[in-house]
Amino acid sequence: MGDRIYLDHAATTYTKPEVLEEMLPYFTKQYGNPSSVHSFGRESRKAMDLARERTAKALNANPNDIFFTGSGTEADNWAVKGAALANRKKGNHIITTTIEHHAVLHTCNYLEQNGFDVTYLPVDEYGIVDAEQVRNAITDQTILVSVMTANNEIGTIQPIKEIGAITREKGVLFHTDAVQAIGSVPIDVDDMNIDLLSLAAHKFYGPKGIGALYIRKGVKAQQMLHGGAQERNRRAGTENLPAIVGLGKAIEMAALDIPGHNARLEALRNRLITGILSTVEHARLNGHPEKRLSGNVNFCFEFIEGEALLLSLDIKGIAGSSGSACTSGTLDPSHVLLAIGLPHEIAHGSLRLTLGEQNTQEEIDYVLEVLPQLVQRLREMSPLFNQQKGGQIFV
Amino acid sequence: MYSEKVMDHFMNPRNVGEIENPDGVGEVGNARCGDIMKVFLKVENDVIVDVKFKTFGCGAAIATSSMSTELIKGKTIAEALEVTNKTVAESLDGLPPVKMHCSVLAEDAIKAAIEDYRKKHHQ
Ligand SMILES: Cc1ncc(COP(=O)(O)O)c(C=O)c1O
Ligand code: FES
Repeated sequence: MGDRIYLDHAATTYTKPEVLEEMLPYFTKQYGNPSSVHSFGRESRKAMDLARERTAKALNANPNDIFFTGSGTEADNWAVKGAALANRKKGNHIITTTIEHHAVLHTCNYLEQNGFDVTYLPVDEYGIVDAEQVRNAITDQTILVSVMTANNEIGTIQPIKEIGAITREKGVLFHTDAVQAIGSVPIDVDDMNIDLLSLAAHKFYGPKGIGALYIRKGVKAQQMLHGGAQERNRRAGTENLPAIVGLGKAIEMAALDIPGHNARLEALRNRLITGILSTVEHARLNGHPEKRLSGNVNFCFEFIEGEALLLSLDIKGIAGSSGSACTSGTLDPSHVLLAIGLPHEIAHGSLRLTLGEQNTQEEIDYVLEVLPQLVQRLREMSPLFNQQKGGQIFV
Repeated sequence: MYSEKVMDHFMNPRNVGEIENPDGVGEVGNARCGDIMKVFLKVENDVIVDVKFKTFGCGAAIATSSMSTELIKGKTIAEALEVTNKTVAESLDGLPPVKMHCSVLAEDAIKAAIEDYRKKHHQ
C-alpha cells in the first residue's frame, strides 16, 4: 500500500504505462501531421487509422463512424447541438434526463434558449430512467433522445438497449454519453441501436484532453469546428496524434476483459459498501445496489458536510469526491442527488469513492478503518447530531 | 486551497461543544449553501467568559467557527460585536474567495447569540 490511496477514478484515471509507451514516439519521432503527403505524414495517418479501428472495434462500430474530439465535453456538445441543428426542420424537441452530465445538460439549456424544447425526464430513487417514459415523451416534434449509459456520480447504469429499441421504432435519433461506461459496460452500437456515442480516454486509463464521438453512417450532425479538412471534413484542427494513439491503445485494453475487470472491482466495491453500512450509522447508499458501475461507491452520511469529510480523508491520504453544495463552486448541491429525491441537507453529506484497477483490498480495509472515526468526529461537531449518554441518536 | 491556519483550526477546532444553561444561544443557517452554525455564550459582568459552537458545514465553516470563538472569548460584548467576518478570515491567513461566505456564518451566529443574551437580560 502506498502512502496515498486514490479513490477518484470517475474524475480521472492515471494513464497506463502500456498506453504511455505507445504514445511517446508520436511526440519526438513520428511527429508528422497526418494530413501531410510525405512519409512522416503517412506514418502518422497510419497510427491514427489504427486508433480509429481499435475504437470502432470496442464499440462494434465501423471505423469510418469514429471522430476524435478534444474531450468528452466536446463529443457531448457536438452530438446534442449537432444533431439538434442538423435536424431542425424535422422538429425542435429533445428528450434527456435530469441526471446527465453538465456537458449534456448545459448544452440542452443552450438549445432551449435558441428555440428548442427539452424534456428532462425524471429518474427513480436509484437514478434509473424508465424506458417507457422515454416512449411516452416522444412527440412528432422529437428529433433526439440523449440518455447517459452510466452516471458519473452514483454509477447507475441505464437501460440503454431498451431505450435504443424505442428510439429506433419511433425514428428518433439516440445519443448516449458513455464517458463513464467504457471498460465497465459492454457496448455494441448496433445491438443497442445507438446513433451517437460520446467517450473520453482519461476515464479508462488513457490520456486527458482526448475523446471521440461515434456518429452512425447517415446520421446528420452539424459541424462544430470549421477550418481544415480533418476528420473527413467534419471536425477541423490538426489532430492530437499522441493522445489519439493513447485513446486507441487504452480502449483496446479496456474492452479486452470487461467481465474480469468488473469482477475484480466489484469484489472491492462490495467490501467497501458492506463495510461502511455495518460500521457507520445513518449512512445511505446512493444509486442502485446492483445496476451500478463496478467501481462506484456513493454514500450520504447524515448530519455532516461532504467537503469537511473530503478534507479529513485527504489528511489521512485518501482521495475521494463529494456532491455537496460546499464543494461545487456554484454552491448548489449535486443535481443528481437532488434528482434521486434527496433533500438538500442529506445531499450535503455525500461522499463518492470510485475504484480503479490498482486499488487493493488492503487499501479498502484502511478506508474502512479510518472513515467511521472521521464521520464520528464531524458528527460530534454538528448541531444536527445529538448523542445521548446511552449512545442513542436523536435528531 | 486552505492556509495552514485554516487546516489547523479544522483539524483541532477550539471551543467545540455546548454550554449547559447558556446566557445566550444563536443559530443561523447559511443561505448560500445550507450550512448551520450554533453558538453558546456564558456571560459574566458583560464579559464573554465561555463560548462553544457546533457547526454543520465545510472545512472553512468549521475553521471560522473555531477562530471566531477564540477571538471573542474573554472579550466584552461590545468588543465581540466588533469582530467581523473579515477579521476572522484575516486571522486565518485568508480564505479562498468562494469560501468567504462561510465566515459570515460565524459572524452572524455570534451576533445572534449576543442578541439572544441581550433579550434575556433586558438590555
Ligand atoms: C458522464 C460524463 N460525461 C462527460 C464528461 C466530460 O468529459 P471531459 O472531462 O473529458 O470533457 C464526464 C467527465 O467529467 C463525465 O463523467
Ligand atoms: S459553509 Fe458551505 S461552503 Fe463553507
